[in-house]
Amino acid sequence: MSTAAPPELEPARHFPSDYFPSDYFPSEDEYRGLLNKRTRRARGIHMLLLLLLTTAVLGLAILLYTIVDDSFGLVAVVNQNEPEDVLAGYGYDPDVTVLSDLNTEQLVEVLEGTVSSGVGRRLEREKRFFEDRLVFESQETWGEICASSDAPPGCGGGVRGKGDVLALVEERVIAPDIVAAEGMVASIINPNGFKDSVEADFAANPASYGDYTYDQVRYTWRAWFSWKFVTTPASDKPELAGVRTAVLGSIWLVVITVLFAVPVGVGAAIYLEEFAKPTRINDLIQTNINNLAGVPSIVYGMLGLAILVRLLEPITSGSLFGAGAPNGRTILSAGLTLGLLTLPVVIISSQEAIRAVPNSLRNAGLGLGATKWQTVRSQVLPVAVPGILTGTILAVARAIGETAPLILVGAASFITVSPNGPFSQFTALPIQIFQWTSFPQEEWRHLAAAASLVLLVLLLTLNAVAVILRNRYSRRLT
Amino acid sequence: MASDVGLSDAGMEQQLKRKHRPFERFIVGTLFVAGAISIAVTLGIVWELGSESLLFFTDPVVTIGEFFTTTTWQPQAGVFGIWPLILGTLYITVIALVVAVPIGLASAIYLSEYASARVRNFFKPVLEILVGIPTVVFGFFALTFMTPLLRSIFGGSVVGFFNVLSAGIVVGLLIVPLISSLAEDAMAAVPNSLRQASYGLGASRLETSLRVVVPAALSGIAAGIVVAMSRAIGETMVVTLAAGASPRNFGFGEDALFGTILNPFQGAQTMTGYIAITANGDLSYNTVDYNSIFAIGLTLFVMTLGLNSMSRRIVRRFRQEYE
Repeated sequence: MSTAAPPELEPARHFPSDYFPSDYFPSEDEYRGLLNKRTRRARGIHMLLLLLLTTAVLGLAILLYTIVDDSFGLVAVVNQNEPEDVLAGYGYDPDVTVLSDLNTEQLVEVLEGTVSSGVGRRLEREKRFFEDRLVFESQETWGEICASSDAPPGCGGGVRGKGDVLALVEERVIAPDIVAAEGMVASIINPNGFKDSVEADFAANPASYGDYTYDQVRYTWRAWFSWKFVTTPASDKPELAGVRTAVLGSIWLVVITVLFAVPVGVGAAIYLEEFAKPTRINDLIQTNINNLAGVPSIVYGMLGLAILVRLLEPITSGSLFGAGAPNGRTILSAGLTLGLLTLPVVIISSQEAIRAVPNSLRNAGLGLGATKWQTVRSQVLPVAVPGILTGTILAVARAIGETAPLILVGAASFITVSPNGPFSQFTALPIQIFQWTSFPQEEWRHLAAAASLVLLVLLLTLNAVAVILRNRYSRRLT
Repeated sequence: MASDVGLSDAGMEQQLKRKHRPFERFIVGTLFVAGAISIAVTLGIVWELGSESLLFFTDPVVTIGEFFTTTTWQPQAGVFGIWPLILGTLYITVIALVVAVPIGLASAIYLSEYASARVRNFFKPVLEILVGIPTVVFGFFALTFMTPLLRSIFGGSVVGFFNVLSAGIVVGLLIVPLISSLAEDAMAAVPNSLRQASYGLGASRLETSLRVVVPAALSGIAAGIVVAMSRAIGETMVVTLAAGASPRNFGFGEDALFGTILNPFQGAQTMTGYIAITANGDLSYNTVDYNSIFAIGLTLFVMTLGLNSMSRRIVRRFRQEYE
């Protein structure tokens, strides 16, 4: 047996020079250069990301700016009758007296002297001027029309206040006609630029101003968005138009939407989260709800048109209950359409809220011998309410802004009578904005901006309510 | 044993049986009906779109073949080819995506990977406000700000009063928050261990975001973009107000592609725009016009449904399960 030769050792190799060629690694300078490049690139892309994100914020800022800017500003007005002339015509001194100094009696006299008797009678039938006497109607006809079956609201009593009459005088006697309007910022920064451009336009296209001459033009500051704007009904004259009818219509719609979507939506969510066993039909319901959430709103409008407005006309027009809408294009149809549209969103957000309730609560309830429904009602739901409420309010806020479905179910574009029940014809804020935006004249654009502002304020209030309710409830429960 | 609690064996058996609770069953039944209403809604949509479309296609004026092959939409002349409307819809959708995908993705990456709590608390509410603004207000914005802006940049003679570019950009702004919130959710779902592994190997924040987090969240991001696309296709008010009411009828002539088909500065009616404009007047039932909106609605419904189920399939199919 010979002893084995000791294994031959490999010559020692040193890291890294024996493993890598000498130029494999960058030199110190090259390394610095590469590192700088890497840092620069990272910083550049960081800036790019921030820039793109800022673009979105900028978009929102410009949008809000556009709306606010158009909601206020200078207007160029031509009055049919100058207030000074009117005052002088009735023997007042225009240097010391202004219209608002007159009392109701005197204002009615001015009104009586200008408006036609037909218009006067219509105004009086809306609401009387005086308790003790009639201005435009004769006593006999007044008695007759008030005795008839469709007596006008004026018969119900009540008289116009001074503010009301003053507004009528301004509307009917002064009768301002807006010929041009400017945005808020331009009006503040450069009011003379606006005046010069109106003057130049008068010189260039006199035909587009009809009988007016530039001497008649008066400049005043106008807040298109004002409390008066919210409380005035629609009109075909931009200087007199308001959104009362539209706001009331929107409120009616929301009420019906909530009455339908909340009970059904929360019920469906409770069923799916607490009671549904994973059978085929329950899976189908869940998939179906997810699909419905992605259906474009205009398709819901078509559903409303074909089924609620047309097929169910006897119900939605109210003729089944003796209410007389001419067709199914009523608040009820539109409210239910919006309810169907909101339903999947309400279901999904309520499901999330219910799912977030810890299982220990359910187990404790069941362990104490409560039935499934008792557990759900007194343990699960109270904890889930804040989440359900928030989700619902956000869904409803979305429904208020929906326009396309309302166009389909036949919101009237021009309506001055306030809705008085689920079977009335209606218009809504978004519809009004849509209509005014699509008119070519500039004045309507300012009205659309002001109406948008009203809508945004409404939505902001709703969101604030959602936040407050959520905070309040969650404090109480935990 | 049973006698200890005062019950016979038979009585015990009776006690352990499921108790009949009519009230409980009534409640569950009611809740089930509430859930089933959603099925009724879907059936209603399918039935109403289907039956009215059937009336449209059985009308002697149009055949289903013509509807899907003709490139002219002229209801007044009785020519119903849906392609001009689809062209308008897709064109605006593409412009919207070109605007919204970079902005939405950048916002999501920034908010999820870079931003400090303070920066997040500023930007998140802004994006949420953007979601809450009604689309008709966006339409107003397109018409009173974006269109005049484009006209002052490119010249009033080049850019029409109604144009697809303005509508597309504003629809893009509208879907930015949708993309950013869905993409952010997807990126938030990527486990932190992946990020830490990447940092541990010496990657920078940028390299970690773009090479690790984004690829890991890709299925969710892609699904979000598809959902946003479906939303853009179904968007109505902006396109009705800003893109006009004339369908972009086209032929396949010499310079049809850039002259008419792809000109971003002229208007184009979309599917939703046609439905809204047609329904806005007093539309009488059972006319060809009335039935035509349902045929278009059906096409729209199928397209959006397809995209939405595609987005769910993307998530299911390509989702990587970590942990």
